[in-house]
Amino acid sequence: MAVTKVVMPKLSDAMEGGKIIKWLKKEGDRINGGDILAEVETDKADVEMEAFGAGVLRKILVPAGESAPIGALIGVIAEPGDDIAALVASAPAGVGAAPPPRPAAVTPSAPVAPVARPAAVVSAPAAFPAGPGQGAQAGRVKASPLAKKIAAQSGVDLRLIQGSGPGGRIIRRDVEAAGSGTAAAMPVAVPAAVSGAEFEDVPLTQIRAAIARRMPLSKAPVPHFYVTSEVAMDPAWELREQLNALEGQPKISVNDLVIRACALALLKHPGVNASLQGDAIRVYHRAHIGIAVALDDGLITPVLRDCHAKPLAQIAVEARDLVERARHRKLRAQELSGATFSISNLGMFDVAEFSAIINPPEGAILAVGSVRRVPVVDDTGLGVGRRMLLTISCDHRVMDGAMGARFLQDVKRLLEEPLRLLV
Amino acid sequence: MATHKFDVAVVGTGPGGYVAAIRCAQLGLSVATVEDDRPGGVCLNWGCIPTKALLRNAEVVSLMGHAADYGIRLSGFEASYPEAVQRSRRVADRMAKGVEFLFRKNKITLFPGRGTLKARNVVEVKGTGGGAETLEARAVILATGSEPKSLPGVTIDEKTVISSNGAVRNEQAPKSIAVVGAGAVGVEFADVFASYGVQVTLLEALPRVVPVEDEEVSKELTRTFTRRGITIKTGVKVASVKPGGPGAVVDLGGEKLEVEQVLMAVGRAAKVAGLGLEGLGVQLERGFVKVSPTMETSVKGIYAIGDMAGAPLLAHKAMAEGVVAAEAIAGKSPRPVDYGNVPSCTYCHPQIASIGSTEARAREAGREVSVGRFPFTANGKAVALGETEGFIKVVADKATGEILGVHIIGPEATEIIHEFAVGRTLEATLEEIIHTIHAHPTLSEAALEATLAALGQAIHI
Repeated sequence: MAVTKVVMPKLSDAMEGGKIIKWLKKEGDRINGGDILAEVETDKADVEMEAFGAGVLRKILVPAGESAPIGALIGVIAEPGDDIAALVASAPAGVGAAPPPRPAAVTPSAPVAPVARPAAVVSAPAAFPAGPGQGAQAGRVKASPLAKKIAAQSGVDLRLIQGSGPGGRIIRRDVEAAGSGTAAAMPVAVPAAVSGAEFEDVPLTQIRAAIARRMPLSKAPVPHFYVTSEVAMDPAWELREQLNALEGQPKISVNDLVIRACALALLKHPGVNASLQGDAIRVYHRAHIGIAVALDDGLITPVLRDCHAKPLAQIAVEARDLVERARHRKLRAQELSGATFSISNLGMFDVAEFSAIINPPEGAILAVGSVRRVPVVDDTGLGVGRRMLLTISCDHRVMDGAMGARFLQDVKRLLEEPLRLLV
Repeated sequence: MATHKFDVAVVGTGPGGYVAAIRCAQLGLSVATVEDDRPGGVCLNWGCIPTKALLRNAEVVSLMGHAADYGIRLSGFEASYPEAVQRSRRVADRMAKGVEFLFRKNKITLFPGRGTLKARNVVEVKGTGGGAETLEARAVILATGSEPKSLPGVTIDEKTVISSNGAVRNEQAPKSIAVVGAGAVGVEFADVFASYGVQVTLLEALPRVVPVEDEEVSKELTRTFTRRGITIKTGVKVASVKPGGPGAVVDLGGEKLEVEQVLMAVGRAAKVAGLGLEGLGVQLERGFVKVSPTMETSVKGIYAIGDMAGAPLLAHKAMAEGVVAAEAIAGKSPRPVDYGNVPSCTYCHPQIASIGSTEARAREAGREVSVGRFPFTANGKAVALGETEGFIKVVADKATGEILGVHIIGPEATEIIHEFAVGRTLEATLEEIIHTIHAHPTLSEAALEATLAALGQAIHI
């Protein structure tokens, strides 16, 4: 069996190096592909690093507590008989200068399936106005100039693509294939909760192709539009208090209700659960919802998978777990990518209303304001009610105003008739 | 009958075959080649190379005619057409000898004769000097090329009605000639004959000369050819060619043309007959051998490259395919030929070169394009050379700056095109070209300027 180099993976866009918090395997341990080798501290989060090859962890080159630049050799996996002396000798001593970083995090050994996924990718913060493509150009992704331009314009993340050009260079074909779903694009491991296809690719109509081509020129690279709606939260508030009064039941937050409402609405409005991929719109059949979590020094968006198939209580438990681990930077790499839609909630900061920036390649993001007690006028006169403002940001290349509005209308109805969230 | 065993047998030693053979040898395979003419095929012996020699003669003759422009007064000169043909033969001989040398250097065995497939891995060679030999090979590469086509009812006798084969051999230039077909072959011979004072009528069934090129290139060529005294008739169908007048009468369905010779340049057909393809079930498609991206035919172990494997019928495309086939046979995984990025070159005066889509085809494909043009009249080197005809036209995708096509007509067009070929291979956009410093003064500066023009930034116009 071939020798597998363990190198410091590129775990986020801005990452230049990472610190080994601790090795979970020691020299001599047998390693299977997918085993967690070590915990790595990056600028964004503490991430568990998986093994790609199988064999024996023959050598640890960067001990716990030390840092290494991305691409640097930090360990070697091989069979006991393999000669790794030359490889080990080639590694720079300790933290010093590293070989030029490579786009692939780990070189897989022969019998391992071609690596069709990055070791870990931290999603760009949902509420950060970071233009996609920016990172691609500034980063160390090896791609042709044309591939970079097309990726920037179609919202394809070059870091998620494996290049088929000479030396693994990403060329136009790779970006386009990633867009149309035939590519080396990498679905992150998904629980087999739901059967059926993960998505379908609907060919662009003429008018949609024209919109897709022109919109980025007006507001590059993702043309946003925003739709805001006010939700009467009194029934939901009441229901939540009743649920939370039940013994032995998990506590439900307003955000859990919003997640559940969005998941159900996304199933009904697949056009919103969609993303532009080159010359096709990828319509997802599952709702993987990114939950923006504010950290002291930034923002991270862990992904709650298959929300459409999970009851409210399960959403509440899993979301709480994700958020807590996000705050403690204990997320697994695969929990940081693969969202089809995102929710950003600034309600806890008493924000009435805001607009969020879409996290490409997702097609939309919902910004949730606080539930406020406001004067309301109804048939009986002036009273006091609980109201919440929701603002959806949509990628105009993928959907139009009415689609976003209809989706929001359904979210509003689900929240205003909250028993629907329980069935 | 002796049987010889090789790793690879290559049938045909034109630019596809000899390159495939050499690449196979480089990769450590034992190689036999089969050839019933001289090594080098049509390209070296009867096509590309000798015609380029003739065109160089044509250029020199034209230059002599313009000597006074350079302040050189000649008291008359004599341009001998027979000697031009003889020179072109010497050039061809030298190149063919070069191939023989390369075969020896790479230890490639040449079997003179006609090859026929007897089985998937057996080639029978009927020797040029009688006798037969049998080659057994793990893989066979067919590279038998193509031959000139004619029109229905028009027989090529290579005397009055000639093909390119006759045109490069005939040592006597006619007084008048009708060239049927204004593709690359037609316009090149029209150029040669016109330079030697032959009265040339260029006939084309389609609405314009060099019909595969960009429309603006056709217009420019029509302008310069007409000025040189070549009669051009487009959109005309040749109804018949009959003996009569000074040699032949060409009936254009009403108008009759009396000429000494007729050159048929209406295209080429793959040479697939007599190779034993039918018996082995090698599939054809529209007269060409059907091949996979690694040049393998429908029969495992039999490869086909070059003209016989389909368009474009160009020597450099054949060479590229030869390399792919050789590497596939040697167990490598070669990068398939990128048929969308094959430069096309015509060596008439002014030269024509192009790569990628024409403006019209790019628009038909639904691309929103930006177009940049730069005339050689505004290029210092071209003015100094006294070669200011023509222009460079760059067609790019408006949104991404992808270089969709480049069309050049003008001095050394066939050399200038390659920066765009490299650029397209590397997926460069307009920006990478404009950020590349082009030496001054060069004709290639026009390439930079045309690229700048596509972005609305041309400096020198």
